[in-house]
Amino acid sequence: MTTIYIPRDTTTISLGADKLADEIVNFAADKQLELSIIRNGSRGLYWLEPMIEIETSAGRIAYGPVMIEDINYLMTSVMASASANVYTDHPLYLGLTEDIPYLRDQQRLTFARVGIIDPLSIEHFLQHGGFQGLKHALTKKPAEIVVDITDSGLRGRGGAAFPTGIKWQTVLLTESDQKYIVCNADEGDSGTFADRMIMESDPFSLIEGMIIAGLAVGATRGYIYLREEYRLAQQVLEQAIHVAEEHHYLGEQVHGSGHEFRLEVRMGAGAYICGEETALLDSLEGKRGMVRTKPPVPAVAGLFGKPTVVNNVLSLATVPVILARGSQFYKDYGLGRSRGTIPLQLAGNVRHAGLVEVAFGISLRKLVTYFGGGTRTGKPIKAIQVGGPLGAYLPTAQWDTPLDYEAFTDIGAILGHGGVVVFDDTVDMAEQAQFAMEFCAIESCGKCTPCRIGSTRGVEVLEKIRQGTQREKNSQLLIDLCETMELGSLCAMGGMTPFPVLSAFNNFREDFFQSLERDGEI
Amino acid sequence: MVQHLNWDPATISRIARKHLDQEGALLPVLHSIQTEFGHIPPDCVGQIADLFNVSAAEVHGVLSFYPFFRSTPPGRHTIQICRAEACQSMGSRLLERHAKLTLGIDFHQTSADGEFTLEPVYCLGNCACSPSIRVGTQIFSHVDSARFDALIDDLQTNILEVK
Repeated sequence: MTTIYIPRDTTTISLGADKLADEIVNFAADKQLELSIIRNGSRGLYWLEPMIEIETSAGRIAYGPVMIEDINYLMTSVMASASANVYTDHPLYLGLTEDIPYLRDQQRLTFARVGIIDPLSIEHFLQHGGFQGLKHALTKKPAEIVVDITDSGLRGRGGAAFPTGIKWQTVLLTESDQKYIVCNADEGDSGTFADRMIMESDPFSLIEGMIIAGLAVGATRGYIYLREEYRLAQQVLEQAIHVAEEHHYLGEQVHGSGHEFRLEVRMGAGAYICGEETALLDSLEGKRGMVRTKPPVPAVAGLFGKPTVVNNVLSLATVPVILARGSQFYKDYGLGRSRGTIPLQLAGNVRHAGLVEVAFGISLRKLVTYFGGGTRTGKPIKAIQVGGPLGAYLPTAQWDTPLDYEAFTDIGAILGHGGVVVFDDTVDMAEQAQFAMEFCAIESCGKCTPCRIGSTRGVEVLEKIRQGTQREKNSQLLIDLCETMELGSLCAMGGMTPFPVLSAFNNFREDFFQSLERDGEI
Repeated sequence: MVQHLNWDPATISRIARKHLDQEGALLPVLHSIQTEFGHIPPDCVGQIADLFNVSAAEVHGVLSFYPFFRSTPPGRHTIQICRAEACQSMGSRLLERHAKLTLGIDFHQTSADGEFTLEPVYCLGNCACSPSIRVGTQIFSHVDSARFDALIDDLQTNILEVK
């Protein structure tokens, strides 16, 4: 019987994957063809999606992007070459999936199973190394698990890059009757979709990571705080949690160990600020998502005042591979103080948009040219925004910077959650700077003045500069305002909005000074 | 599209009680109410406050903080257009203008015939295939003006089933 893989994640469905699946089922029924259809996640080669794979003795063969009208011809071809199940002349033939250079040249550790398995099949998960990390964790003392994570060099993949092991150590050492593991799945940065892919395509890896975190710090309850926009992820996660409970990986006894761990998905409600960890905790408590002053840090007094690990989806989903293969194995990837791999997301105006997980250290230029293949519109790249709406816009001169936390900090930029948004030469950088301020004004929680008021004033000042009103005076005002926001804001929302604004202003000055000066007017 | 019911205090109470054993249950309750009625009727705020033993001001404070929660019924179809950077890089500003012009409404408004509500959204996680929009809970990729018009046509003739 031929096995066919048809992806099922938000993006592939938006490209028609569900309709393709229906069509293939109908075709098979019509022709009385015996097919086993598996709805895998996406491999993240989105310009080739919907990408259908056919199992052969040599491995999985890919075809894509497949449209409804291709089904008849494609399936007839597959049948005609039933012995080998390969039809190489087909225009959509991509060869062995694993040999597609975009995929072959990655180092997928966190994403090792993504797109390969049926996300909700615990059997698939186990066959591909799932729960190996948990197995090892169950033989270790809590402190030993924490040491493994610390030694691996894993740093928070949500954006702040704080060493995960140190956070866990603090929670482990803080005495309390109740501790929590909270997964930050409020992936709101534009240009990012890695969390979504993990949750939709390999949800058990996140669940496994959270169970291990629970064992390491002595927490019995976990919450996944998921953004409202991710409805398919919610559906998949809730089903996966149910399956994990049925197989006794979650519940009163984690795999018969005597350790309890329970997990629940909680939905956000469209507020970007809830991706900030303390605002997230307030939201989980049923309040407005207001940023808290630190200290105390959540590791000491977090959810409901209890010691809480707050980690991003990617950090938690990376934990199992570290426990399964050892901290040294993970640490051998990367460079300097940025160890391991980073899942980068190529997005926006880029030809080959998708998920690229590689060891730290690749240059931005190589990422957007070799993997990305330039812009989708075919025009030259003008700017690349790395790290979401609070990340800097980088001009050509900075594209040789290696993707590593410290190297990016050195040029006043951030890696953030690994989102890389490409813009062609039609972009107006002054408009982008103004949007950054506008976004901050819309999404600010309102607790601190520099962020709440500063962002609104920022929109106004940028409008004036763009109109050519008292250009010099307003430029100085913008710089002063950005300094106030950066130094005076309570959290990264107001504190980092100056990054996109000033990087645009300093590197693309010509876009701000297009109109003639209209001196004397205010 | 989803059919919403008219609200009544008994249903609110039934929904809320289902969540009361959860820690910090206010957001889950508000979600459930909005799923059922399409919005959170301002008249039920006092009732929710009583159930949680907090003031009505506190419930209102939470409601008004989150853009997803709405206090008025939405149109038959809620269309969200992504305004974030990845979509901007592929022309979402044009799409935004086109959508407002075509539907004759601004963001946060509902068309006079009650067909469409237009909302902004800041990222749908579909940034590899920008510009993106969401209709109900269904996400669409590579939406330019022509694709938008075709979609609106489909929605008005009810050919497209939005789950």
